[in-house]
Amino acid sequence: MTDHAFLEVKDLRVEYTSDKQIIHAVNGASFSLEKGETLGLVGETGAGKTTIAKSILRVLPDRAASIRSGKILYNGEDLLSASEERMRSIRGNEIAMIFQDPMTALNPTMTVGYQIFEAIMLHNTCEKAEGKARAEAMLEKVGIPAVRYHDYPHQFSGGMKQRVVIAMALACNPALLLSDEPTTALDVTIQAQVLDMMKDLKTEFQTSMIMITHDLGIVAEVCDKVAVCYAGEIVEYGTMEDIFDNPLHPYTVGLFHSLPDMSGKRNRLTPIKGMMPDPVSLPEGCFFAERCPYATEKCREIHPQLEKADGEHEVRCFGKENGKHG
Amino acid sequence: MDEILRVEHLKKIFNTPFGDLHAVDDVSFSLERGKTLGVVGESGCGKSTLGRTVLQLIKPTSGSIRFNGTEITDCSVQTWKDLREDMQIIFQDPMSSLDPRMAVWDIIEEPLKIQKKLSKNDRYQKVRELMDTVGIAERIQYSYPHELDGGRRQRIGIARALALEPKFIVCDEPVSALDVSIQAQIINLLMDLQKEKKLSYMFITHDLSVVKYISDEIMVMYLGQIVEKAPSDELFSHPVHPYTKALLSAIPIPDAHSRREKIRLKGEITSPINPKPGCRLAPRCQYATDACLSPQTVAEIKPNHFVNCCRATFENSGLL
Repeated sequence: MTDHAFLEVKDLRVEYTSDKQIIHAVNGASFSLEKGETLGLVGETGAGKTTIAKSILRVLPDRAASIRSGKILYNGEDLLSASEERMRSIRGNEIAMIFQDPMTALNPTMTVGYQIFEAIMLHNTCEKAEGKARAEAMLEKVGIPAVRYHDYPHQFSGGMKQRVVIAMALACNPALLLSDEPTTALDVTIQAQVLDMMKDLKTEFQTSMIMITHDLGIVAEVCDKVAVCYAGEIVEYGTMEDIFDNPLHPYTVGLFHSLPDMSGKRNRLTPIKGMMPDPVSLPEGCFFAERCPYATEKCREIHPQLEKADGEHEVRCFGKENGKHG
Repeated sequence: MDEILRVEHLKKIFNTPFGDLHAVDDVSFSLERGKTLGVVGESGCGKSTLGRTVLQLIKPTSGSIRFNGTEITDCSVQTWKDLREDMQIIFQDPMSSLDPRMAVWDIIEEPLKIQKKLSKNDRYQKVRELMDTVGIAERIQYSYPHELDGGRRQRIGIARALALEPKFIVCDEPVSALDVSIQAQIINLLMDLQKEKKLSYMFITHDLSVVKYISDEIMVMYLGQIVEKAPSDELFSHPVHPYTKALLSAIPIPDAHSRREKIRLKGEITSPINPKPGCRLAPRCQYATDACLSPQTVAEIKPNHFVNCCRATFENSGLL
């Protein structure tokens, strides 16, 4: 047992500059991940989920984005202060990412086989023939016949393209896989196939994973830990059971109430009123106070910290003290 | 039964360089006034084409569509002009269905201007009223679509569809592009409007949880055909067609302790171009037999529960 976690993100702050305005995309996000675990980053559009993942890989656009503060410790090594050379050897090799839209993640002018082969050759010193054999084996692994090695992305359907992207990400057997909404662009039956496959591969390769999604159903299916993001910070963190059985933050509770119930009666949906605050001018107190049914004077003035509720379960809300949770 | 829409043997075949694409293939259904018909299926199953064909935005290849008792596939231009006011559509992507060069107010007013029935003053009142109905604040009336978020844009799309006081609205994936909390707001709005204005909806979506919530009756489509059609509760409690079952078991359930039987389909949707006779799901179905290769018939296995599968029909024949 080592004294540091496999991956630890500490107080990450990321800003984008656009039209001379500063957009506070990530505001002090902290979480950790153990080897072999899957963490679900849940939240709505603009909550900063993708920005967190891109910061880990340091692939944020140079001009517009800047990481203001924070540490990303990967096996104890701070990725934010690592050299560009070191990052190049990590990207795609030790940490890989699967993007949401498989069409834009693949190069339309190269065969799918070559794109997987390229990743393998870049990070390994092996003969070309061996590289090709490994690329073919990866294709087979994700359920695509090796004979399609020389086909181009446009010759594949959406589900198969996403399989190719997954094969590419797993080609170098990464220790950490960042999946950014990997199944959002797919149909449900294909989504089910891809999720099953990802679960199997994760077990087989012992890969740790960060699963970014807005779909709580997917979280229940694949994640061990869950971090709920809101306006660039983590408002609730815990094991999957903690979050689903005993959600504490009013935002998490609100998310569950917004979902149509698949099992029971058709009650009226109770959506969260209003909208996420503008990341250009965030409120002083709790970012959720505007929309929160339990908000008090204190919530509007003081910004709450992420505090332990019980066990690993943490929540960023004063309601914990007041005992006023949803 | 007070029917607002009856569709019979509707077909839409697109001619492509590769052969005939059967987008909608012999679809029949009816919709009662004030009710919602859900149409579910995966991309490429023809659900959007069906919605657009019903509105005559696409001319059908053959079949009949009766709206309020009037056949609309071959009616006169004048009749059609009168009827069209009663039929509207809300699109999936509010960004591409709103003119980026028009302000919110103009977008909502446009149908009224074209209709030429109201005076300038009345139009002003009407747009005010519409903005109020769908919950758009007065201060954004001069904003352009790109300045607004997805939820607000969709509200504008709804206001525009309501402008001419239609009786029937095709909702083509109206909430698919929205976040869950906003999605719930829009679904509630649509249901309130239905109650208030006695609207009939044809609700097209790929999201089964939404469709269950909003529909009275649900139609499941696969490759241009209806594979199962039943009242909402019946379909979810007793799905019969293997495709419906697979679709239901593929939805990830947001529950930490959900353990259920999973039915997975093999492979992917087959081509809708020159489909073979017989069941179109057969190549992916785990129960497929030789009987599935001959043409299938739709059977009513329980009152109002229709299924297009020889095996399911056979197994459930004892139920009648």
